[in-house]
Amino acid sequence: MALKMVKGSIDRMFDKNLQDLVRGIRNHKEDEAKYISQCIDEIKQELKQDNIAVKANAVCKLTYLQMLGYDISWAAFNIIEVMSASKFTFKRIGYLAASQCFHEGTDVIMLTTNQIRKDLSSPNQYDTGVALTGLSCFVTPDLARDLANDIMTLMSHTKPYIRKKAVLIMYKVFLKYPESLRPAFPRLKEKLEDPDPGVQSAAVNVICELARRNPKNYLSLAPLFFKLMTSSTNNWVLIKIIKLFGALTPLEPRLGKKLIEPLTNLIHSTSAMSLLYECVNTVIAVLISLSSGMPNHSASIQLCVQKLRILIEDSDQNLKYLGLLAMSKILKTHPKSVQSHKDLILQCLDDKDESIRLRALDLLYGMVSKKNLMEIVKKLMIHVDKAEGTTYRDELLTKIIDICSQSNYQYITNFEWYISILVELTRLEGTRHGHLIAAQMLDVAIRVKAIRKFAVSQMAMLLDNAHLIASNTQRNGICEVLYAAAWICGEFSEHLEEANQTLEAMLRPKVTTLPGHIQAVYVQNMVKLYASILQQKEQAGEKEAAQEITQLMIEKLPQFVQSADLEVQERASCILQLIKYIQKLQVKEVPVAEEVIALFAGELNPVAPKAQKKVPVPEGLDLDAWINEPPSDSESEDEKPKTIFHDEEQRHSRHRQPEIDEEELARRREARKQEQANNPFYIKSSPSPQKRYQDTPGVEHIPVVQIDLSVPLKVPGMPMSDQYVKLEEERRHKQKLEKDKKKKKQKKEKRGKHHRHNSLHTESEEDIAPAHHVDIITEEMPENALPSDEDDKDPNDPYKALDIDLDKPLADSEKLPVQRHRNVETLKSPDSEALLVEKKSKKPKKKEKKHKEKEREKGKKKEKEKKKSSKHKKKKHKKEKEEKSKDKKKSKKKSHHSEEETTESVQNGTLDDEPLPPMSSYRLLAENPYIKMTYDIQGNLQNDSQVTVSVIFENKSTSFLKSMELNVLDSLNTKMLRPEGSSVHDGIPVPFQLPPGISNEAQFVFTLQSIVMAQKLKGTLSFIVKNDEGSTHEKLDFKLHFSCASYLITTPCYSDAFAKLLESGDLHMNSIKVDGISISFQHLLAKICFHHHFSVVERVDSCASMYSRSIQGHHVCLLVKKGENSVSVDGKCSDSTLLSNLLDEMKETLSKC
Amino acid sequence: MRFMLLFSRQGKLRLQKWYLATADRDKKKMVRELMQVVLARKPKMCSFLEWRDLKVVYKRYASLYFCCAIEGQDNELITLELIHRYVELLDKYFGSVCELDIIFNFEKAYFILDEFVMGGEIQDTSKKSVLKAIEQADLLQEVRHPQTHLWSPQNTPMETP
Repeated sequence: MALKMVKGSIDRMFDKNLQDLVRGIRNHKEDEAKYISQCIDEIKQELKQDNIAVKANAVCKLTYLQMLGYDISWAAFNIIEVMSASKFTFKRIGYLAASQCFHEGTDVIMLTTNQIRKDLSSPNQYDTGVALTGLSCFVTPDLARDLANDIMTLMSHTKPYIRKKAVLIMYKVFLKYPESLRPAFPRLKEKLEDPDPGVQSAAVNVICELARRNPKNYLSLAPLFFKLMTSSTNNWVLIKIIKLFGALTPLEPRLGKKLIEPLTNLIHSTSAMSLLYECVNTVIAVLISLSSGMPNHSASIQLCVQKLRILIEDSDQNLKYLGLLAMSKILKTHPKSVQSHKDLILQCLDDKDESIRLRALDLLYGMVSKKNLMEIVKKLMIHVDKAEGTTYRDELLTKIIDICSQSNYQYITNFEWYISILVELTRLEGTRHGHLIAAQMLDVAIRVKAIRKFAVSQMAMLLDNAHLIASNTQRNGICEVLYAAAWICGEFSEHLEEANQTLEAMLRPKVTTLPGHIQAVYVQNMVKLYASILQQKEQAGEKEAAQEITQLMIEKLPQFVQSADLEVQERASCILQLIKYIQKLQVKEVPVAEEVIALFAGELNPVAPKAQKKVPVPEGLDLDAWINEPPSDSESEDEKPKTIFHDEEQRHSRHRQPEIDEEELARRREARKQEQANNPFYIKSSPSPQKRYQDTPGVEHIPVVQIDLSVPLKVPGMPMSDQYVKLEEERRHKQKLEKDKKKKKQKKEKRGKHHRHNSLHTESEEDIAPAHHVDIITEEMPENALPSDEDDKDPNDPYKALDIDLDKPLADSEKLPVQRHRNVETLKSPDSEALLVEKKSKKPKKKEKKHKEKEREKGKKKEKEKKKSSKHKKKKHKKEKEEKSKDKKKSKKKSHHSEEETTESVQNGTLDDEPLPPMSSYRLLAENPYIKMTYDIQGNLQNDSQVTVSVIFENKSTSFLKSMELNVLDSLNTKMLRPEGSSVHDGIPVPFQLPPGISNEAQFVFTLQSIVMAQKLKGTLSFIVKNDEGSTHEKLDFKLHFSCASYLITTPCYSDAFAKLLESGDLHMNSIKVDGISISFQHLLAKICFHHHFSVVERVDSCASMYSRSIQGHHVCLLVKKGENSVSVDGKCSDSTLLSNLLDEMKETLSKC
Repeated sequence: MRFMLLFSRQGKLRLQKWYLATADRDKKKMVRELMQVVLARKPKMCSFLEWRDLKVVYKRYASLYFCCAIEGQDNELITLELIHRYVELLDKYFGSVCELDIIFNFEKAYFILDEFVMGGEIQDTSKKSVLKAIEQADLLQEVRHPQTHLWSPQNTPMETP
């Protein structure tokens, strides 16, 4: 009987497999929940069976239900059971279920460790594969720690299928168990050169992901990746590598220069849009990170912009979107290049796709100028009217405000126009951004004094029309503008023309339907209005009118006193009493206006939002120190709770501050002053901020233009901003005409003397004078505020833990935990275990040795390659020359092309000449515990009296370095090029800040008169060190050494030209000889080429002729001969001093060999 | 990649793969939210959108939406390519795949995805090798349990409902 029942139930259960379940659910659309709960009950029964097939079937169904949103966490243990099934079919299902529903909170997950380990070492590769896949979804820190070693072993598995998966999962392991990164990294690096492309691409994936998060630890891999990039044809891999380089370049500017060329080549050649997009993105990132002023990079930017334009013009919406997205990145640094595509971007504003329109809006932000702001905003206003969805309309609204208010209203020439735009925006119904408009109104009215009169008139109108704006109150965000309107009218009531009328508008009963905080502002500001009206009337002697207005207030105020809003009620009742009192005085004919107006005397200055935060802590004030000694723990224990009051009193007296007499205080004060005076870091108080604002340049220099009388100050009804556009055009036209006239006059006067620039008719940005005397008040900041805007990094970043130095050799202690069985046997013989451990620890060492050897070999190979390529280069040059002479007379396009080619080949040259790490052209400039500076000097091809000094600043400390300023004591001959207007004593700010451990390069230009002698300039770098303890000023002195070689520019020369030069007989001669030279001739030449900027003209055995040219056109020819142990250098040069100096320098270099 | 979702036009989830272990409650919330956003988009709109701190790349194939959430620096176009490859793989495996194939053989769809993408990173860029791995694993399954075949209707051909 019992057997029958069991059998029957089995039969019934097997009716339902996954397909049945799915079908069943589809057939029970009406009572799905009920059907499923019934199924779950069945599944629970099934799970109780011993048969693993039944269990697996149940778990499979559960996995499906989990996707439908049902909780299956209760079955976690059963899932593990199925995972441990020996049959692959069931195991697969078990792992799938686990990967779908296990997470760190699943408590039974720790039971899986051994099962997974068993599966990982299974002889069947698919068992291992399924375990790895599953583990990648639910790996926890514990699992990662326990299994890291097993997975690392799998990275060297014989089957690529397993290697690939093991490499990929390592990334997840690193994230969960960062300690595993260093031990596993050497092997991971090996996989970059795995014979299987799948494994290789997996390794690239993992390292790129790691490096994106903490790029500086992976800089040493750059050469390897560079090789991969130039050799790989797999777009997936290329994209990853290129992305990686994008992350590395900000740390290593030299890398950026090298990347540009291969990336531009890819941009030209690839047909894959994804790769093209990635390249463009990285080129942009590289160019952003390179310090500006690199002339030949404008071509790259141009190329990017062109390609992006093609993307944007494409009919594929996706490409359009991405094109705009990338364009906005360029916009930040190269606004000019993007601005020329304004037409295209405005066109995108009409796109059907909202997300594309939004991207285009982002771009508009950077495209505005004084000239086109009105036009662009006008276009946007049209879109506002047309926009159907509120979200898009709100987005437009914020963009309009963003565009106009950016960088302190930089592009607004006419604030009347802006106010009108704001007022027009108030007509939008249902916008969420009422407060934004209100904030703008307030900001403009407060900060632009000249506009207040106009603003007040407009705001009065808004108040008058309040019923339109607040038609369906509460839900309507736009009524926020009434807040601003009321405040502006009240605060600047002296500008109001019809104050009475405005006051009446504010007292209307409808006002009480407004939100409480707005009413509160109404109440407060109607008093201000009242006060100014009172004063007016009293001064005019209209006593009755004054009393009338008081009466009006007394009549209308009670409606606010009844308000449910606490704030409104309180203010209203206070004010009502005040006015009643005034009325009493008025009856007695006492003049009160002066006193009432005194209530609101004084002007409010805008304060910067961060001002409070930036108040520096005064010297000597330690906010963490105890003011009174804290009661010690033992004391509180000793205290017996006998009589509470008594005790309390005692304690009170104990803590009272010891009395200090006047004398003592004075003495301390004096001492403190003394200390401050001696402390160089104490920032002495500077003149008050108000004074500083008056000093701000520019404001006084803006020509004061009388307000055009043709603009009616009071516009009936709602204003139309459009009229300003027209007026502005007329005004500009007039200005231009006037200017033209003036210039013509000047021209007449100056005719015959010299030509003037031809820029007369191209109206430049600066020519547009603002319509008003615009006085934009800057926001107040506390004295001595430090300009710190850096955002604190997120402490919860999961990738932070992986910020690990990978170049340090592995210590013996750094091993992945290996689990061993605790057998009784091993306990008995501890020696054997020790031996085992030793063996294991030796292994990695051997590997390391091997690795090093490999690297050495690689180095040799590279050198060989270099030799080859340099030969190659020469050939190329010749060819190019021939080609050039042929193509000389061809079309413009072609010549442009050949130009590009030559620049490419020069870059190629630098790439090939790039020596092994020890041969760096960057020399140490100065160093202290905070910062290390290395520098390199390059002659400027375009200018015969300029050299560029590139300085790499490396932050060696754990603090943040900023406000770096480099200054040099100019000599008569050599001067640092400073921006116009600054004095010779001014330093040049370094255009970046340095977070800990970061290095970056800046360039400084120097002008020289004579270049025949080496020069030394003294200089100082000053900077601020900021860390948790505070910030200090630091200085670092240095000596900048301009060697004669730094004035030379590597210039190729051909043997026939070289011979002619020598024959000419215009050259002076000199020679040196250096003994004791052991390095090979090849290396020696390489050194001269690299450090002294020469190029080899011809080489025969151990004899070579070399050539170089100075920036001022001196020819320098060398004949280098190598004897047994010595080298002799004969030099010829058009300047004898230069030659002897150059040879001296060379002697020094050679004697070091 | 953070996660991948497949859902129908009616807002029914057909497949979900999370590459960052997430609690069920959060998963549900994110899925619901994302489905709403994606389904609300008009057909002519571009396939990318910014959502929370992630970028979402989606594409519609017949009645199914394939939807991937990637991080800020990831490449949208290659993700689109990845989605397309996955669809091609499904197509090759099932032979002109339709939504019902994925519903009824959802575990197979997962297995294919697992061979193609692992831990959010693409595992094998070659379609051939992915399919080979799947076929061999399937073969293993058939060979390994002939006896289950006898008493389980699991392997009987499925009639189209």
